[in-house]
Amino acid sequence: MISISAKNITKYFHEPTTFKVLKDLNFEVNKGEFVSLVGKSGCGKSTLLYILSTMDTDYEGSLILNGENVTGKGQDELSRFRNNHLGFVFQFHFLLPEFSVLENVMLPAMKLSKYSNNEIEHRAIEKLRLVGMDEYALKSAGKLSGGQQQRVAIARALINDPAVIMGDEPTGNLDKQNSMIVLDILKKLAVENHQTIITVTHDHDFAKQTDRTIEMEDGKIIN
Amino acid sequence: MKAFSLSLRIAWVHLIAKKRQTLVAMLGVTFGISMFIVMISFMSGVNDYLMDLALDGSPHVHIYNPVKIERPALASSVYDTSKTWIKVHHQRPKLEQTKIRNGQKIVGEIKLMPEVSRVSPSLSSQVFFNNGPLQFSGTMLGIDIETENEMYKLYEKMETGSIEKMLTNREGILLGENLAKKLNVNVGDRVNLSAPAGGSFMLKVVGTFSFGMTLIDETRCYVSIQTAQKILGKPANYFTDINIKLKDYNKSQQLTKQFETMFGYKAEDWQEANASILAGEVIRNTLTYVVAITMLVVAGFGIYNIMNMTVVNKMRDIAILKATGFESKDIVSIFLFQSVIIGISGAMIGVILGAGISYGIDQIPFPARELIKLETFPVTYNVKHYGMAIFFGFLTTLFAGYFPSKKASKIDPVAIIRG
Ligand SMILES: Nc1ncnc2c1ncn2[C@@H]1O[C@H](COP(=O)(O)OP(=O)(O)O)[C@@H](O)[C@H]1O
Ligand SMILES: [Mg+2]
Repeated sequence: MISISAKNITKYFHEPTTFKVLKDLNFEVNKGEFVSLVGKSGCGKSTLLYILSTMDTDYEGSLILNGENVTGKGQDELSRFRNNHLGFVFQFHFLLPEFSVLENVMLPAMKLSKYSNNEIEHRAIEKLRLVGMDEYALKSAGKLSGGQQQRVAIARALINDPAVIMGDEPTGNLDKQNSMIVLDILKKLAVENHQTIITVTHDHDFAKQTDRTIEMEDGKIIN
Repeated sequence: MKAFSLSLRIAWVHLIAKKRQTLVAMLGVTFGISMFIVMISFMSGVNDYLMDLALDGSPHVHIYNPVKIERPALASSVYDTSKTWIKVHHQRPKLEQTKIRNGQKIVGEIKLMPEVSRVSPSLSSQVFFNNGPLQFSGTMLGIDIETENEMYKLYEKMETGSIEKMLTNREGILLGENLAKKLNVNVGDRVNLSAPAGGSFMLKVVGTFSFGMTLIDETRCYVSIQTAQKILGKPANYFTDINIKLKDYNKSQQLTKQFETMFGYKAEDWQEANASILAGEVIRNTLTYVVAITMLVVAGFGIYNIMNMTVVNKMRDIAILKATGFESKDIVSIFLFQSVIIGISGAMIGVILGAGISYGIDQIPFPARELIKLETFPVTYNVKHYGMAIFFGFLTTLFAGYFPSKKASKIDPVAIIRG
């Protein structure tokens, strides 16, 4: 079963001058596949990932996620779609600094409101344990180090058991040991839960461990 | 409901995180609302007081026979005025009585009208009070004590003595408080009073009254209508004024016109009689509302500014929330909740503060007590005003919060997350 299907994805930036960042990209990712996305800095990896995450709707081509055509959907519908089916770890750790670690993880689930608050809390602690951050559950998110915040962000991406998890250098702020822990977690999610994972990485050891590596150069897929 | 409480929770955390800004915005609302209440309570206190004064001191409709100075020259009935110019210089008034003819019949007719609650014929005349070598002029009102008492609540205005004595004592007189002072008389003393047409009478002071208006308290006196007729040397059917109280004082203008056409005498309603007192009301109302609403608008701008700042400061948070699945309406409600919480709490404190300040003003002694009788500044406590303040306050904050919230919901998360 195909989880991500991108057809003729083309994107332009108009500032400072119009240029083509993504040039007619075509690829598919299967359900439960763990794919890494590599390429030189500035080749368009993040840009592609924002399109895949449905947040960027300003592109040409079509995108089917989890069997649903998301191209052309309205913002609010896409918000609900993300909430339900996508987990995202940003390149720069993004947590709500005034909320506790636990609440940061709980918020997307509270928005989805599939479970009671008690259950959500329970599940959030479980996800935090998965990334080794359960001890910090009640700490204010603003007071964590960069690496710690990134791990919490991963826990948050997992909270609604999304079909697809996307990461933009999710281990960029972690040391080798912690990177490998995260890698193992993601691998397990792909194998055991059949969650699809696509993540940008600079780490060759990391990329080698994934099912498949997509290599980009200058807005094109070369491998 | 769950989405609501989630937005509320996030709004609350944001408010707590910027306590000082929240407090400043709240105090703005508090100040606006309390001043709104203070100004309106005081203004309507003044208006109510003046209205009471006007209604207490005068009949709803007053029918009288005005002295006509101008009348057609006698010569014009002899000559054809289309061919001849007639010019009469310094025409003197005719010796005309201000008497109301057929008075009893008119009074009877008015009494039968369903809108009318009380009718009192009376007689008024200028008189002179003699105090040793000095003379003071004053206005004597000959009245039917019982009816007049019911109409003007005279018993409430008595300062010394009693009204009941007027019923038993035919020579009794009630003096305005200041007039009694000028004449240096107390209850039980006698005053000497003379009519313009001559003749002087000794009357016994049975009481003094005060309407709270110097103009009245310094000149007016009451005697029974029979005594007044005797002093003026007039027969028992002679009276000059008919005073009418209506069941609904708002109908006075319409009935005044009706009386004029019915009886051919001049009729005046209480608004016309008190025009000088009531004139300022519209101006006072307009001014108060303009100032009060301006203050609320200023408070609204305060909230608008602070909410705009919050939205700018929270761009990252908004981007994260949207990226993780929050919709535009969730974002709107998060920020709208913030301004509504600021608005409601500010308004609550404002209402309490406003009531407190109004009460304080209510305690301040009125400085011009010689002019009008008023112990303290007049303040009206009206639930309607408080409701209005809360309503307008709420509306302002909702309005002030709406635009920044809308702006927040339109933030493009990619633009921020991309860095
Ligand atoms: N908002 C933007 N406006 C204009 N150009 C941009 C914008 N964001 C990124 N770019 C440019 O697009 C190219 C691809 O950027 P990006 O996708 O972030 O690269 P990568 O993530 O692979 O390092 C770069 O040349 C970058 O400078
Ligand atoms: Mg990048």
